[in-house]
Order: sequence, then C-alpha cells, then structure tokens
Amino acid sequence: MTRQMTGAKMVVQALIDQGVDTVFGYPGGAVLPIYDEIFQQNSIKHILVRHEQGAVHAAEGYARATGKPGVCLVTSGPGATNAVTGLTDALMDSIPIVVLTGQVPTFMIGSDAFQEADTVGITRPCTKHNWLVKETDRLPGVLHEAFHVATAGRPGPVLIDIPKDVQFAQGTYQPPKPSTSHYQPQVKGDMEAITELVAAIETAKRPIFYTGGGVINSGPGASQLLRELVDATGFPITSTLMGLGCYPASGKHWMGMLGMHGLYEANMAMHDCDLMINIGARFDDRITGRIDAFSPKSKKAHIDIDPSSINKVIKADIPIVGDVGHVLEDILKVWKSRGRKTNQSAVAQWWSKIEEWKAVDCLKFQQTGKTIKPQHALARLEALTKDHDRYICTEVGQHQMWAAQYLGFEDPNRWMTSGGLGTMGYGFPASIGVQMGHPEALVINVAGEASWLMNMQELGTAMQFNLPVKQFILNNERLGMVRQWQELLHGERYSHSWSESLPDFVKLAEAFGAKGILCSDPDDLDDAIMEMINHDGPVLFDCLVEKHENCFPMIPSGKAHNEMLLGEAETQGVIDAKGSVLV
Amino acid sequence: MSALKIKKGSTSHSAYNLRPTFSDVEERHTLAVLVENEPGVLARVIGLFSGRGYNIESLTVAEVDHTGHLSRITIVTVGTPQVIEQIKAQLGRIVSVHEVHDLTVEGPSVERELAMFKVAGQGDKRVEALRLADIFRANVVDSTLESFVFEITGAPDKIDAFADLMRPLGLVEVARTGVAALPRGD
Repeated sequence: MTRQMTGAKMVVQALIDQGVDTVFGYPGGAVLPIYDEIFQQNSIKHILVRHEQGAVHAAEGYARATGKPGVCLVTSGPGATNAVTGLTDALMDSIPIVVLTGQVPTFMIGSDAFQEADTVGITRPCTKHNWLVKETDRLPGVLHEAFHVATAGRPGPVLIDIPKDVQFAQGTYQPPKPSTSHYQPQVKGDMEAITELVAAIETAKRPIFYTGGGVINSGPGASQLLRELVDATGFPITSTLMGLGCYPASGKHWMGMLGMHGLYEANMAMHDCDLMINIGARFDDRITGRIDAFSPKSKKAHIDIDPSSINKVIKADIPIVGDVGHVLEDILKVWKSRGRKTNQSAVAQWWSKIEEWKAVDCLKFQQTGKTIKPQHALARLEALTKDHDRYICTEVGQHQMWAAQYLGFEDPNRWMTSGGLGTMGYGFPASIGVQMGHPEALVINVAGEASWLMNMQELGTAMQFNLPVKQFILNNERLGMVRQWQELLHGERYSHSWSESLPDFVKLAEAFGAKGILCSDPDDLDDAIMEMINHDGPVLFDCLVEKHENCFPMIPSGKAHNEMLLGEAETQGVIDAKGSVLV
Repeated sequence: MSALKIKKGSTSHSAYNLRPTFSDVEERHTLAVLVENEPGVLARVIGLFSGRGYNIESLTVAEVDHTGHLSRITIVTVGTPQVIEQIKAQLGRIVSVHEVHDLTVEGPSVERELAMFKVAGQGDKRVEALRLADIFRANVVDSTLESFVFEITGAPDKIDAFADLMRPLGLVEVARTGVAALPRGD
C-alpha cells in the first residue's frame, strides 16, 4: 500500500517492513527528523551507543549472532567518518549491515557546511554499495534495495546518505516488493565442476576440508550439510578463524583452526594433502603463509559465492562459484547417487598420519607458579562456560588467537571476531550487539586490556540498556602481539608496546555502576569466573596474566605450513629479511 | 599518450608481494563495462583500479542508452592473465556494473580513437604537415597562418604514428579521447 509521508517516516517504516527490531545509533543535527520518528513509535528499539564506531561494531555483532542484517543510524560529518572503521571491518569479514547517515540539506552539499563530509565518497571503497538519496520519492526503493544488496550474494555493509531536507519532505512510500534489482548473484554451482569434485572425493588419498566464514554466512543449513558431508566421507576438517563453529569442535573429524596461529596438525595436513576442498574461505595470507610453498602436492577445489575470490591468490583446479549451502547440497546428492565412495584404506592411513601430528599436542602448556597463564585462563573459562548458551566475542591480538585455540565452538554464529581487518576495539561493542540479539544468553568478550580500552566508553551503553555482557580481560599490561613480533623481529626493542597508566579496572567498572572483578591468583580463578557468570549485569573481569607469554604455534612470516614454530626454543633467527617486511 | 597512469598500490608491506604470477607475460586488454548511469559510478570503477593497483592505459565513458539508464565504460588495461581475470571479476562484483566484456578475448573487435593535434610552423614544415595529414585522412578543423588543428580518427597505433610524424613538424598540443571499441559482426 502506498502512502504519503515524510522521508524521515519512510526510514522508520521501511525498517519495520524489513523486519528490523533493533537500531544502534547516535543522534546529531542531520538526523533529527529520523530520531523524531523513532521517538514516536514502539516497533524498533534504539540502542544509544557512546561512539559511532561502537554502533557499527554492535550492528556487526548482532548480524553475526542472529544471521539478520544489523542496522545503524548516525549523523553527518563526524558521525559518518566515525563509522568508517566498522564499515571496513564488515566489508573484510562479509557482514551484512545497513548504515543510515544524515547529510546536510541538498542545497548545501558542496558548500563545506557545518558537519558536512563527502560520506558516499569516503565510504565508497569500504562499502559493498552506497547511495546518496536526493529525492524523497526515491528513498523507499533505495532503503529496500539496501537490504537486498547487503544480504544477497557475498554479504557486506551498505550505506545510505540522506540529506536533511529529504527527511523533511513528503513523498510516496512503497512497501518492499520482490527484488527487481539486476543484482542477483549466482547461487547454484556448475554441475560439471561439482561432479568433478565428487570424482576427486572418491579417489582422494589425503583429503582435507578447509572451511571458512562463507559456511557461516550461508546460514545454519549450510553448516548442517557440511557436518553431514564431513561425517559421511570421514575426511578431516579444519577451519579459518572466521569459520569456527561451522563444524563442532567436539566432532570426530575436527582438527582445529589452521593458519598462522593454527594447530600444528591442521597446518601439516594442509601442506601434505592431495585434495584440498576449500568451502567458503579465501586463501587469506594468514592462512597460506608462503604462497609458492603452499600445499604443493594437492589438487585444490574452491567453492565461493564471489567469483573474484577464485584464482585471486591460489589457483583453483576445480573452481565452483555458488552459495555454499546450494553447492554442498548438490555435492551430497551427486556423491550419494554415485554410491558414496571414498578411498577408505588410504584415508585411514592419512588419519594415522594426522594422529601422529596430533600427538605433538601443540597447545600444551603448564600452569605453574602463582601467575595465571593466559592459556590457563581460557582453558578454565572454556570448562566453566561450555555448557551454557554461550556467545564469544574477541578483540584483536594474542588473546584472540588463544581464544580461537582454547575455546570450542559447537555451532555457527557463536563466535564474533574481527578477522580480516583485525580491529582492536571490535569485541566490546560487538558483545553488546550479540546480547541485544540474544538477551538470555551468556555473552563473553575475551579481550586484551589495550584493545578493550579502545571502545571502553560502551560500558555506559551496556549499563543503560542492562546488557549483562562479560568482559574477560587478559591483562598482561602489554600490546602482546606487537611485543611478540618485536621480540621475534626487532631485536627485543619493545617500542611503545606496553600499557602504562592503566586504569584500575575494578574501580572503572564501579564508576559506571558495573561490577569489577580482579583475579591474579590461579587458585582463585575458578571462583572468580563463576562469580562473573552468576552476576546479573555487565562485569569487567581484570585477569592479570603472565606478561611475556608468546602465542604459539606460529607460522613465521614468509614461511610454509610445515615450518611451524612450536615454542620459544625455536624462535631464534627464523624470520628472514623477506619475511620481516610482511605484516 | 596514455590517458591515466595510476600508480601501483602500495603492496610492498603485504604478503601479496609473494604471490606467484601464473604467467609473467603482461597482456593488453580492452574491456567494455556496461554500468548503471548514476552519480559516482565512474569513481567506483576508477577507485577499484587505484585501490587494487591495476593499470589504466585509456578510459572513455558516456551514456549509451538513455531509456535503459546505461553508460559504457571502455578501459584499456595491461596485466598478466591472472591480473586481467581479477580485474574482470572485481568489476563484475560492483553492484552498479551490469556487464563486463573482454573484447580482446571475446572474438574480433574494432577499436577507434579520436585525436586533435595542433601543429605550428611555417614554410616547408607547414606544407609537409598538411601533406601527411592528407595521407592519414586527418581533417583540418582550424587554421591560422601559423598553425593547423588536425582531427584524426583511427586505431591507437595509427594515432601514435601520426603523432610521431607531427612532432618534428611543430607539434604543440594533443588531445585524445581514449579508445572506444565494439565487437565485430553480430
């Protein structure tokens, strides 16, 4: 039904019609008409963040945890520029979010007006698509199209810039219709290529599934199909950081995460395999290590919805463009119809080789003395929370890698981390978004003290909306990953990689009215974690850990998968000049 | 004259510099990109080339279908086969892009460019310039007692050849449109 209304009302109406229940935002001059409409309705909850970057990360957390697009509303100029980091983060990790920005009135655009910025110009390279809407009548169509573009194909962030006069003016509202957009990415894979892959599955001697965030983005159905295929073939499976949870950590065929800080067995198996089945991953440089030594003996199949991912870094022998869920369904169908064949004896031998690598026990550590090891803190966190309805966010750095190594994920959409962009300050606002999507769940942000401080202002948001997010800070008073690289690469010259003048986190929590817990003794750790879980409200958990612990195992920059370092003793002079220029 | 020389993106600090090129031989490809005729669409295409460190040798753009709201961008680019494939895939994922055609591989095509040359001189040089212009079927579109402006249409190498000949004869200024191209036949 079409109706006359103002542009501002159209925004709220379109959000309601798109099924949006939560908006993360921050008001300002150029979005006041929209805020006025938000004030006069009850369908959409608005979460007032304390900084626009927090709004975007919260929307990302909400999107990852619920599978629905996240929505942000911010003002022009600084509101929009503060959103840029979150947009880039969402673009790199393929997270569907819709960001609405106010803009100065159309007749003032280009005049360097107060709080004017070229928002579509600034955000063009960090959005999947963006629009500046200059006529109110175009607004409904663009709003609905934005949700289509954000979620269709490879998901990503979109932005709509709405000048203030467009918000005030009357126009005709159109409800959403089935998309007539020319943007309709291909979801079905090529059957010939799928049959070729099935034939390779039937004969492979040393196969491996290498899965990524594409499985999660394809929806829970894709994870179910993946589990069926993995368990039916009996092939080992590893996953990127972004894909954790698509196959259960307790699953029989799970080998753990791969990559720079991935598990030894996963990386060795990637190096020695004869058939690599990449499902929704993109051969990121954290995964491949040295490219000319990457899995030299394998045939590589690559399933990706984005044609530009294929052959970008690693040449695919069997490229399949399509949605992971659709392609997995077809693979299973063809494989079953051809008699469910695998080379069982060879695969059994392959598994015995993998068991040898597993026996190295690359994540082993010893909790001795009176200082908490970060690995121990996460192992205890895992033990005490794994039976809960649990969602984990992280910031970026050593704690993030340890969390990926020591926590287990049984289901998709339970793990929110900044993979591609590596955004410190992501985790805390993301946990707020997750908690909004799952009010009853236990939401924990595993953080480092330095990352956490980057968006600490959001403690106000958590308090205001009574979101009981648990901030589990592994406090080593260092920028741990920077410090680790300085130790390995820069002659132990620790340039600006320590955290001085840290706040008293317990007092900081209390200043916001939240609960603070300090724990420094391994003997107190379990009780303290239980206290955190049982507290009904936001908790800042300051866990003082070993200051100089390094994150292992590690593939040094410029090295191959089979050149992993397992511990401190092996680190001397391992990264050559060529490797040291890499990030 | 290449219309735009966009600097290679700064890749020296990323793992990408260890990327093996599947073939080292650089090829010149002419791409025809049909895009939604909307504000910012050219910036999206050019931003892709600069942001990812691809080359643009020549670029032309104009609306070609008013009712369908479509513009045609013709880009001449240089890269290894892998890079060319990446460019096409990256162009294809821009939401405003409807179609990407690689005219260099999709069968025979015809390429034309229009250029204007201002040549100043007197005496024999002036006569020689006029004579050569005639051979190249260039038209005189402006004339003074001391200068001509020639208009010439042709494939880029013909225009290059004409420029080489005009240079010793008093070439003052050049304007080139960049390449427009269509596939041959139907």
